[in-house]
Amino acid sequence: MAQQIPMVDYLVLGDSPHLVANECTDCGAKFFDRRNACASCGGTSFKKTDIATEGEIRSFTIVTAFMPGADNYVPVVVDLGGTSVRGQLMNTPAEAANIALGQKVRLTTYSIGADTAGTEAINYGFEPVN
Amino acid sequence: MANDDIWILGINMTKFGKHPDKDVVDLASEAALAALADGGVTIKEMGVLAAGNLMGAAAGIGQQLQKQIGQTGIPVFNVANACATGATALRTVIMAIKAGECDMGLAVGVEKLSGAGMLGAGFGVAASDEWTPAGRYGAVSGFEGKLGTDMMPGVFAQVGMEYLHQHPYDGADFELFAGISAKNHFNSTMNPLAAIQKDMSVEQIMAEPMIAYPNTRAMCSANSDGAAAAVVVSGAKLRTLSKEQQKRAVKVSASVLTSDPYQEACQILPDVNTLTRSAAKQAYELAGVGPDDLDLVELHDCFATAELVHYDNLMLCSEGNAVDFFLSGATTRDGKTPVNVSGGLESKGHPIAATGIANIWEICYHLRGEAGSRQIEGAKVGLAHVIGLGSACGVHILEKSGL
Repeated sequence: MAQQIPMVDYLVLGDSPHLVANECTDCGAKFFDRRNACASCGGTSFKKTDIATEGEIRSFTIVTAFMPGADNYVPVVVDLGGTSVRGQLMNTPAEAANIALGQKVRLTTYSIGADTAGTEAINYGFEPVN
Repeated sequence: MANDDIWILGINMTKFGKHPDKDVVDLASEAALAALADGGVTIKEMGVLAAGNLMGAAAGIGQQLQKQIGQTGIPVFNVANACATGATALRTVIMAIKAGECDMGLAVGVEKLSGAGMLGAGFGVAASDEWTPAGRYGAVSGFEGKLGTDMMPGVFAQVGMEYLHQHPYDGADFELFAGISAKNHFNSTMNPLAAIQKDMSVEQIMAEPMIAYPNTRAMCSANSDGAAAAVVVSGAKLRTLSKEQQKRAVKVSASVLTSDPYQEACQILPDVNTLTRSAAKQAYELAGVGPDDLDLVELHDCFATAELVHYDNLMLCSEGNAVDFFLSGATTRDGKTPVNVSGGLESKGHPIAATGIANIWEICYHLRGEAGSRQIEGAKVGLAHVIGLGSACGVHILEKSGL
């Protein structure tokens, strides 16, 4: 099997892909990037916390792709059990009529391609829960 | 006028739009010289200069400007604060005067943005033949189109749509936001300084090219060239000036600048709400006025979707009722609280660093009773709001001179 690498280091691959946040041990604020200290309370101690994989769409837009051959895409803000995450809506036509605020979604993963060493980069997105 | 009151003595904005024959220093000079002339003063009387040009922030626009209009040796503060750069320059001058360092100062904002296209960089990752995690997210690729969008039309589209998630609206969201844009485009027909003066119907706006749903091109601020400048004076100094200068001076009843306090989702989608509400609350308290006292408001409609949320953030309506407030017609020229009678950023244009002074110019124009065909009759109190992502928010409340 080809090697895989996550698109971002807060995506955990494997049998049950999920996101992991840096949680401030003082106030519980969660961050997906590397932090020098907590933006909420100034604390400097963090622990890794798994984030839920199902949630609902808090907001979306549909960005028109002006590059020839590129597809329009649907950025979403998803509330995963109280933690907000950014990503793209997948497996849904990029038309407003097919997207609803409050819609239930779940995390899904897909390959964004392989590099010269054959390593596949895996990204996450969200798809509707029927 | 109390000694420690702050007043706008002179103010000017250039025409916004395309200025291919002028560079940023030309535009800044034009606005600065006109603001000085408007106030009946000269550069020699200025005790401080604060200036901003966001796209050339490292070049020191303040000193470049001095070399054209007068190198008097005064302290210069070159400021950069995203789309709030102009308001930050003004705030800097006001703070210097309030601190007693001087009694008069000049604030200038200038930008050349014509043809700049969509703004908002993705998280750049160096190209490599092999996936190489980089940056604070350990990302192997740029985010744009893979993990949301950092393009401004899409960011602010999500800001507006999030409001409709928090405060559900049964009607058509696209049409609602296009309606806000139609109001502003109509207003621009009365503003010869606007970059685009074109009355557009809701249907025409919806038929424009979609940029980021629900924002079509007509619902996005116009990238333009332009400058604006203001001369600020202390109450003590103003008393020594002529009656005519005192009569045309506009009182700065509140000048507030905030940054965004931590909120749960603020690093996923910029939170433009909390810092605006905080700035507005502080400004109303400082000025001793409330939203009902405002005769006009210029707010930061960088996109039609942004204007809606700021009705609520500036407390022009009751909490959660921005949609009904707009649909009631309250924000039209003839409404209870006219908003963006200049045409707003969607038609007037948005030369970034100039915007935070140009919106104050618009308020002063009405408070002085000099706004001609687009005059809001009897205007006495106005509010100017600007926000720069990152974020910085400036709110100024201005009052007509009692003289």
